[in-house]
Amino acid sequence: MTDKILEVRGLTKTYGGEKLKGDKKATPMLDVLKGIDIDIYRGDVVCLIGPSGCGKSTFLRCLNRLEIPTGGSIKFEGVEVDEAHIDSVRQKMGMVFQHFNLFPHLTVKQNLCLAPELLKLKNKQEASARADELLARVGLSDKAHVFPKSLSGGQQQRIAIARALAMDPDVILFDEPTSALDPEMVGEVLELMKELAHTGITMLVVTHEMGFAREVSNRVIFIDDGRIQEDEPPQELFSNPKHPRLKAFLSKML
Amino acid sequence: MAAQYDALSELLKSGTRLDFGQDLFYKFYQAFLLKDRWLQYIEGVGTTLLVTAIALCLGILLGSIVALVRVAHDQQRPGRRNPVLGFFNAICQVYTTVIRGTPMMVQLLIMSMVIFNNSRNFTMVGALALGINSGAYVSEIIRGGLMAVDPGQMEAGRSLGLNYMTTMVVIIIPQAIRAVLPALGNEFIMLLKDTSLITVIGGKELLYAAQGIMNRTYEAMFPLFGVALIYLILVMIFTWLLGKFERRLAQSDR
Repeated sequence: MTDKILEVRGLTKTYGGEKLKGDKKATPMLDVLKGIDIDIYRGDVVCLIGPSGCGKSTFLRCLNRLEIPTGGSIKFEGVEVDEAHIDSVRQKMGMVFQHFNLFPHLTVKQNLCLAPELLKLKNKQEASARADELLARVGLSDKAHVFPKSLSGGQQQRIAIARALAMDPDVILFDEPTSALDPEMVGEVLELMKELAHTGITMLVVTHEMGFAREVSNRVIFIDDGRIQEDEPPQELFSNPKHPRLKAFLSKML
Repeated sequence: MAAQYDALSELLKSGTRLDFGQDLFYKFYQAFLLKDRWLQYIEGVGTTLLVTAIALCLGILLGSIVALVRVAHDQQRPGRRNPVLGFFNAICQVYTTVIRGTPMMVQLLIMSMVIFNNSRNFTMVGALALGINSGAYVSEIIRGGLMAVDPGQMEAGRSLGLNYMTTMVVIIIPQAIRAVLPALGNEFIMLLKDTSLITVIGGKELLYAAQGIMNRTYEAMFPLFGVALIYLILVMIFTWLLGKFERRLAQSDR
């Protein structure tokens, strides 16, 4: 557990404050992240929890630069995550979205093969074989040639996870992967993520599923007011919350 | 029929007034059958379709370029604007403003009498002017289509490590085309009818043929009704074809 995969130092993010053409005043400023320092090690399964609007999704999106940080530095496997390195960093940093964001004009299998083939990481046969393997792993081999629209939400999210895995990433970021699902479909996605966690892949999960956080993760991070307030193993954090805000938050969640 | 026509013209020469039916037949024969005049209409239809095709291709080409430049410019993140893109964006904006802000007829006359005042190929000059005009409208249609694609699609593509251009080409544009097709079909039909305008600069399309016949027979009704009917039939055929095409493209939506 000494192999540092992500190093975040003094990360800040401020929305607004831009002066758009034609506007007299700049848009109002909103400090979402107020200085985040954290190290993530290879094999970590980190759950990020916190009240809505606390900046957990923003933090996650800053890591692969879907949001551009206002200040601070992020290093991924020793490489600074900036505009120059972003595409190569993202190839090793998968992302799973709340709304799946599958490509609706492509079949399930094409969704999986697209990026590895275009980026010449794999040739056609390798990409296809890997896609078949992943589809079997997420239990949707029979759906290889259908379009995403014909799948249920849970199935779509499992495909989205498979799509992220098709790049053979070192880290996968999950941005509330079960929040847009019907309750009965949450289980299948969490089950898959649990299996994934046992394979030793590094995962960062923004979630409201406290059960998942408690069972699967080895670190739970509580973010509030743009800062990391607690960073503990789940047993410690859930049974012995120190921060008063965390206490209040947990009492509402559980 | 030819014999009947000859008999009627003899009658007319001798000063007899034709009754209603005879009059209609006489004019109809003059407008379409005498000296194989229907061939002129057919030729006119050919030119009309050719001009439409050229103008449409030019319009879509210009429109796509302008739309891509403008969307790429608008999607830049604040504070990191590319000056080259800004320059092209300004040109594109001038183009759409000028073309959409002046009458098509004036543009046609300027093209034929000022810019290409030495050219005798009025039909091609007309096609060029129509294409340039259409491009401005098409660019707005395509821009709307590109912006209507869920932003999550761009994020999903980028998060897999694809760069902006690749994501645009393989993920955003194919989805935008489907959204844009009905509006583009509409533009195509407008263009088909607008080709009749190039008559004023001497382009030899369908209406030009009808006008030639009108000038020879001093009779407007049959040539004009005939031309109107031909346009109507053409438009109906293309509307039907576009509907079929759209249904095929919509496959993955089912």
